[in-house]
Amino acid sequence: MLITCPYCGPRDVSEFAYQGDGNRTRPDPASTDGDAWHAYVYERLNPAGPHNEIWQHAGGCRAHLAVIRDTVTHEVSSVRFARDHGAPAHVRRKSGAKA
Amino acid sequence: MAEYSAFSLLRHALSGNREWKPAWRKPSPKPSYDVIVIGGGGHGLSTAYYLAKEHGITNVAVLEKGYLGSGNVGRNTTAVRSNYLLPQNTRFYEHSMKMWENLSHDLNYNVMFSQRGVLNLAHTPGQMDDLARKGNAMRHLGVDAHLMTPAEIGRRVPGLDMSQSARFPIVGGLMQERAGTARHDAVAWGYARGADRRGVDIIENCEVTGFLRDGDRVTGVTTSRGEIRAKKVAVAVAGSTGQVLRLAGIERLPIESHVLQAFVSESLKPFLNTVLTFGMGHFYVGQSDKGGLIYGGDLDGYNSYAQRGNLPIVEEVMSEMLAVFPSLATIRVLRSWGGVCDMSMDGSPIITTGPLPGMYLNCGWCYGGFKATPASGFCFAHTIAKDAPHEFNAPFTLDRFNRGTVIDDKGQGPTPRMH
Repeated sequence: MLITCPYCGPRDVSEFAYQGDGNRTRPDPASTDGDAWHAYVYERLNPAGPHNEIWQHAGGCRAHLAVIRDTVTHEVSSVRFARDHGAPAHVRRKSGAKA
Repeated sequence: MAEYSAFSLLRHALSGNREWKPAWRKPSPKPSYDVIVIGGGGHGLSTAYYLAKEHGITNVAVLEKGYLGSGNVGRNTTAVRSNYLLPQNTRFYEHSMKMWENLSHDLNYNVMFSQRGVLNLAHTPGQMDDLARKGNAMRHLGVDAHLMTPAEIGRRVPGLDMSQSARFPIVGGLMQERAGTARHDAVAWGYARGADRRGVDIIENCEVTGFLRDGDRVTGVTTSRGEIRAKKVAVAVAGSTGQVLRLAGIERLPIESHVLQAFVSESLKPFLNTVLTFGMGHFYVGQSDKGGLIYGGDLDGYNSYAQRGNLPIVEEVMSEMLAVFPSLATIRVLRSWGGVCDMSMDGSPIITTGPLPGMYLNCGWCYGGFKATPASGFCFAHTIAKDAPHEFNAPFTLDRFNRGTVIDDKGQGPTPRMH
């Protein structure tokens, strides 16, 4: 599986850290709406087909990327900078994902 | 007298083995049933079996999209264990272990359950402390577990690199002797035959395409073989849970589907008489009765329904195997494959009534569903028959994520790819 980083060009998936589902929006940190936090933290669309997701080019330029990837064929149809699509709201400090 | 026995083998041998009956019928779906179970994998079949056996509910259909046993029940690495840390998991999986110990007799079908033990290796003193804590938690609830020294491990698994110059020297391990392996296909076939003999219709090549509704209530399903009505509709479809529930209008669940790869080597002479897990990565291995090593490691790590994985994990699993067994460097891989796992947000399953009236849900097995097959079916059948959970599956609700009562054995948090 190759992901075409906007800076670095096509690179092997092992250079990238998966940051998960990109469909979620973090509630206002001051929010005390339990249902909204539950939806953000625990609920997933989990589609079979095109999926919005966040990857980080951890073994390269370290840019956060908004990727559209098909979960049935693994085909990557779109890679853009996540910052152009709003900050990747749920990026963790620890990128423990193994590609 | 049991249908399968030494006597029946002899009798059929004398008549040229021409009179064996098929293990299950191939019925056409009836217009309605008391219970429909969607999914003819291990959990769906065992659910139907225990509905009939424990609760006398025999007007049941199991609907399978493909052929029986074509999903994860025929794809897994066959380990059976109950070595968990948290009491909710330990009680449930230990109940399953006790059912495994009598399963071949109960089904009159040899599932080849082999209690060859599961050994978790430790490579640092800290890991050893962690395993001691887990072993104590297990023993506290009556589950067998004991720590092993490097000398004991070296005698038990002679192929291991026990040297201090190993990349990750082995400092000890935790053994569950009663754990082991079972033949996965036989589990599916045995439950199918047991359910069929009690009157359950097992309908293969029957894909569910939608749900029949009366207001909120689920009253049946539409399938590739027509409409089928039922008082109760149970869903046990593992990696396809999101897809099936989407047909009922439920878009979001605390589940992500991920692909897990597994590998089989060429046949070797007896080499490994237990199931072994490596502690400095994620690698597990057992040896089948045919001699092939069956092994695997981490998920690929991203959402996938592909039933096939990518090469980075292949490389990682092989390198971890060589870290513990350098002598396997020249062994060839016969085949590899991928299965879709329904990874839940806390690594524990969901067996519950709902989420709609008339519907029952069994999912979230991550990559540990095979060992749960007997208890999952037993508890799910109880939940369907009584409209209330059995004590062993009462903690495994769908709303535990909202109520703050998650069961996170690994302490990993809501990152499904890491459970």
